[in-house]
Amino acid sequence: MNSAAVIETLGRIVPGASFEIGTSIDFPTIYVPPDRLVETCTALRDTADLRFDFLVEVTAVDYLPRDPRYEVVYHLVSTSNRLRLRLKVRVPDGGAVPTVMSVWPAAGWPEREVWDMFGISIDGHPDLRRLLMPEDWEGHPLRKDYPVQIRQPPKIYEPLQISEEEFRTNLERDRMARLEH
Amino acid sequence: MGNESEIEIPVLTTTVEKMVQWARRSAIWPVTFGLACCAIEMMAMAASRYDVARFGAEVFRGSPRQADLMIVAGRLSRKMAPALRRIYDQMPEPKWVISMGACASIGGVFDNYAIVQGVDQVVPVDVFVPGCPPRPESLIYGIVQLQQKIARTKI
Repeated sequence: MNSAAVIETLGRIVPGASFEIGTSIDFPTIYVPPDRLVETCTALRDTADLRFDFLVEVTAVDYLPRDPRYEVVYHLVSTSNRLRLRLKVRVPDGGAVPTVMSVWPAAGWPEREVWDMFGISIDGHPDLRRLLMPEDWEGHPLRKDYPVQIRQPPKIYEPLQISEEEFRTNLERDRMARLEH
Repeated sequence: MGNESEIEIPVLTTTVEKMVQWARRSAIWPVTFGLACCAIEMMAMAASRYDVARFGAEVFRGSPRQADLMIVAGRLSRKMAPALRRIYDQMPEPKWVISMGACASIGGVFDNYAIVQGVDQVVPVDVFVPGCPPRPESLIYGIVQLQQKIARTKI
C-alpha cells in the first residue's frame, strides 16, 4: 500500500480533509492538517483494511528558516495488516498540535518529549510536563537556535530540610491517599 | 604454667595519628554509584580478576551512610547533579571523591548543555583518573594515590 492508496482510503472516511503525499524512501508518508489529526488517527486505527493499532513514535523536526517551522512526525504500524505509515503535521512557531492520546494512550510520554525538546504545545494533553530535562529548565534543547553549550554552573540544591513532624505528616498523608484508592 | 610472668608480650609503639591514617586508608569503602560505562570498569576492578580487595576497597556499600569514598564513574548530567550532591552530603566524614574517566573530570566528548563539565563543580574531588574509560588498573592506581594522600593527611 503506497501513500496514494492510503490517502484514497482516508478520503472516503475523513471527507473534506486535504492530505498531501510526502517524500520518503522507506514507507508511505502523508501530511495531515492539524485540525483533522485526531479524526484521521481514529480512522487509521479503526478502518478494517488499515488497522494501525500501534503508535511507534512521536517526534518533531525543526526546519528553522522555513515557515511553518516545525513538523511533528508520527510513526504507525499495523500489526494485523503488516503496514507502516508516517504522518506529518506542519506546526508554525508557537503553534500546537492536538493530543492523540484518545486514539493511542501510549502517545502520552512521546508527546511530553516533543514539548520538552521542541516547545511545541500539545492541546488537550492531561499532564504536559517536561520528560527528559529538569523541571525548572529554561528553553527547549532540540530547537535549531538552542546553543550546544550553555556554560552555566550546574544547579545543586540545598540538602532536604524537613522536620521529623513534617516527615511523619507527609508519610501519613501518602498512606491515607493510598488507602482511599 | 608457673612462668606466665616471663612471657614476652610483643609491643609496637606508634602515634595515634599514624594509626588513624593507617585505619582510614586500609578500608576505603566506596558507595555503589555508577553513572555510565566507567561503572563497568569499576565493577571489573571489584571483581576477582583485578580484585581491589587487595587494597581494602572492595566493600561497595548500598547506603552512603556506610561509605567513605564516592567514585563518580561516568558522565554526570545536569539533572543528576542534585542527586549526586545529596548522596555526597549523606556520606559521613571523613569522605573522599574519585572522579573516574574523561566525562566525570572535564565532560569528555559530551561538550554540550546536558552534561556537567567536570564534577569538581558539584563535589570536591581528591583524585582524577584519566581514561575513556580508565582500565581497572588505572582506577586501582587512583585508589592507591588516594591512600597515599590519606596517609599524608594530618588529623
